Amino acid sequence: MLHELTLSGLTAKLAAKEVSSREAMQACLDRIDAVDGQVNAFMSIDRDDALGQADAADAALAKGNTHAAQPLLGVPISLKDLFCAKGQPANCSSKILGNFLSPYDGTVVRKLRDAGAVLFGRLNMDEFAMGSSTENSAFGRSNNPWDLERVPGGSSGGCAAAVAAQECFGSIGTDTGGSIRQPAALCGCVGLKPTYGRVSRFGVVAFASSLDQVGPLTKDVRDSATLLGAMSGHDPHDSTSVPADVPDYVAELGGDLKGIKLGLPREFLIDGIDPEVRAAFDAAVKQCEALGAEIHEVSMPHTEYGVATYYIVATAEASANLARFDGIRYGDRVDGDDPFSLYCNTRGRGFGEEVKRRIILGTYVLSSGYYDAYYLRAQKARTLIKRDFEQAFETVDALITPTVPAPAFKAGEKMDDPLQMYLSDIFTISCNLAGTCGISLPCGFTSEPKLPIGLQFLGKPFGESQLLQIAHAYEQATPWHTERASL
Amino acid sequence: MEYETVIGLETHVQLKTKSKMFCGCVNLFGSEPNTNVCPVCLGMPGVLPVPNERAMQLTALAGYLLNCEVPGFAKFDRKNYFYPDASKDYQITQFDFPSTTTGHVDFEFGGGIERVRITRAHIEEDVGKSNHFAQHSGVDFNRAGVPLLEIVSEPDLRSADMAYEYLNALKEILIYGGISDCDMEKGMVRCDVNISVRPIGAEELGVKVEIKNMNTFSGMRRAINYEVPRQIETLESGGTLVQETRRWDDIAGITESMRTKEQAHDYRYFPEPDIMPLKPDEAWLTEVRSHIVELPLARKQRFVRDYGIPAQDADVFVGNVALGGFFEKAVEGAKNTKAIANWVINNLQARLIETGTTVDELKFEPAAIRELVGIIDAGTISSKGGQEVFAELFENGGSPVVIVESKGLAQVSESGELEKWCQDAIDSNPGPADDYRNGKENAINFLKGQVMKASRGKANPQVVGETLAKLLKG
Repeated sequence: MLHELTLSGLTAKLAAKEVSSREAMQACLDRIDAVDGQVNAFMSIDRDDALGQADAADAALAKGNTHAAQPLLGVPISLKDLFCAKGQPANCSSKILGNFLSPYDGTVVRKLRDAGAVLFGRLNMDEFAMGSSTENSAFGRSNNPWDLERVPGGSSGGCAAAVAAQECFGSIGTDTGGSIRQPAALCGCVGLKPTYGRVSRFGVVAFASSLDQVGPLTKDVRDSATLLGAMSGHDPHDSTSVPADVPDYVAELGGDLKGIKLGLPREFLIDGIDPEVRAAFDAAVKQCEALGAEIHEVSMPHTEYGVATYYIVATAEASANLARFDGIRYGDRVDGDDPFSLYCNTRGRGFGEEVKRRIILGTYVLSSGYYDAYYLRAQKARTLIKRDFEQAFETVDALITPTVPAPAFKAGEKMDDPLQMYLSDIFTISCNLAGTCGISLPCGFTSEPKLPIGLQFLGKPFGESQLLQIAHAYEQATPWHTERASL
Repeated sequence: MEYETVIGLETHVQLKTKSKMFCGCVNLFGSEPNTNVCPVCLGMPGVLPVPNERAMQLTALAGYLLNCEVPGFAKFDRKNYFYPDASKDYQITQFDFPSTTTGHVDFEFGGGIERVRITRAHIEEDVGKSNHFAQHSGVDFNRAGVPLLEIVSEPDLRSADMAYEYLNALKEILIYGGISDCDMEKGMVRCDVNISVRPIGAEELGVKVEIKNMNTFSGMRRAINYEVPRQIETLESGGTLVQETRRWDDIAGITESMRTKEQAHDYRYFPEPDIMPLKPDEAWLTEVRSHIVELPLARKQRFVRDYGIPAQDADVFVGNVALGGFFEKAVEGAKNTKAIANWVINNLQARLIETGTTVDELKFEPAAIRELVGIIDAGTISSKGGQEVFAELFENGGSPVVIVESKGLAQVSESGELEKWCQDAIDSNPGPADDYRNGKENAINFLKGQVMKASRGKANPQVVGETLAKLLKG
């Protein structure tokens, strides 16, 4: 079946003219019709627009355009609901944006289009990317394709669920504290968070500006390499994007782990890791060793401050980033007698509980008299966490950790305890604070029920190429990436 | 009790850039509402600010012109507040690490030179403009994102007039440096005034009142002249002042309370994460410094000192930089600099205004004025002849010496022809000649006039006088 192909599998067939982009697109739509009622990954799909783009790709292929020049030519790719694409909604799974349609294409969208991708569908997420389960979506949660009772993770839960349910050939999410890697781990797919500055944030609705980074979710490592290559590079519209060369990530894949030094952060291997996750992780470490990697224990002494630091920095930035949703210029509006009551009414109705909680928290930590105690201290802690990474990378090439301490949890299980929810990001958060890159890929399954377990590699800043090589070597030596959820 | 007024100003000046501070929209006044806008300055979801390089250069340059330090590290911050004209509901500004710090402005006031210290000059974006109609309000975002320079002074001003002169001096400096056009009509300069009063001799500052957003200098002066007696009267009558922000009502001519310290906003400043900190390197700063210009006051002082011209003349050359530049070239190596200044101001400037031309369009070189003054001083032509030479020079260019020759304007000073004209005048006018001989010395003027007439103005009047006297005394 067409929808079962990987991205690279599809491009091979498109190039060989064995299938058309329209057929591939139609296969996705058929698959969505068949399974998305259960998975609920998609919030909306503009089918005519999708098929129109596919036809245009077929015309380009017929004209002789190649995948060497346009690596995604004809490939259906889906977007998390926070990317701005001209004429399309960008609801961020929130009510507050109402019937907003973006008046412009963001840079990632433009780059993907330039690479020939057929961009379709808006994927569910936690409202404004705040959450780890999609349960904070204003439009209902997505379900984990491996067990529909369970969450797909978040905030890019729709992205991971859609890939795991084979509804698209890859999706684009964002990762602020683990929002790509955690759902990838919980849904058994590959999720890559690039180095801060690697991919432009222009046209991505901001949650926490200094932490947000765009990345791919795919069926295997090679596909992530392809999507990363298409999206990366300096953008004059984003002054935090870095003018560093973009390697050919796909061409640099291959090889084993001989001579690669992997760091095992002592502070990550805490009590409270699910035993099956721990066992799968230990086996993965052994596998890497068998593939030639040297394993070194390293210390990341400030790890314990990661979650607290993150929830100060991220909420502070979010409190300002989300201020613009005020009902004045676009989106939903609930009138009031004066601007202040209009704001209160609009934001009171438009935002969900978790978003309100974080705006209030962020507003508090920036308030006069509290700034030094919270925000300033958090910035200092962030510097120390970054230094932990710098020191570790002096001796090792990458860190190896579990992605999440436990497999996918049941819907509703943690909704009453935000702190427990926050802790599901404990292994992914410090990577965002340090601004470096990380990838999650499958490393096994729990037995009953069968749920995916994620392995995380954290790489050096702008070291995506090596990170992908390491992940690819592990992936190719193990069977996990070939397993699919039965829907 | 006698009181002293203490004033500090926060002046917002629109920078002279082609585009806005963080997007490519045109920085233009007077367009239809919401036509110079884009997703970035409208605060659409997902947009990011990218600093305008030119605005950064102008800010640093303004810093140098205000004798400020330009630190090696500066950053942008977010100032958070909800208001419909703020498209993001925060303003990007500079909080604790501004682009320029600690400078001063020297200016003329009360017959001397005063110095006001500058705390800082930082960059920020302007907000939109609210318009209120009968049943609804609207916001025009054309101005949102326009780059502003906020110049904060220390509380060194002591009166409304002094504040007024400081603002004028500041405006002149900024226009000079090409930082801003400072066009008041277009709202390019706005200021907030911090005012307090204290008993003369007291060290401690009184309770500070801020008056917001005045857009004329005269309005600011009136506001201070209203506010100071209000504060003094409050204190004199046993009342207490509260730290507050007041609004100036230009029509009623009064200030009224907007909010007190307790109601003050908490702006929750924090570093703008979308923009990397600024670390200007030496090459960048050197380029900025290459645009430093001489300040107006320094120019005036130099003109008076180096060229020995009156202060009023120097003011003309400060006010009209091109004319001053022309003058400086004209006086090179000249002795009679005052005469050259007179010609440039009284004749050249007048003709330029009459004809609507600029100094750049002149058909002659500055040296021609020097030559003209030289031949007048040498007696080669009369000053009336000089006017004719200048008229020709302005019209068609050329050299004064050549014009004198071609038009036959040279004065006649040789005795031959001149003596004949004089003798003829004496012979034809025996009455005045006798009067002179009988001691009425003024009578010679009539004869002089006759000679000048006969010579068609070419006779050198001084020599004519001498010759007539000689002939009459026989």
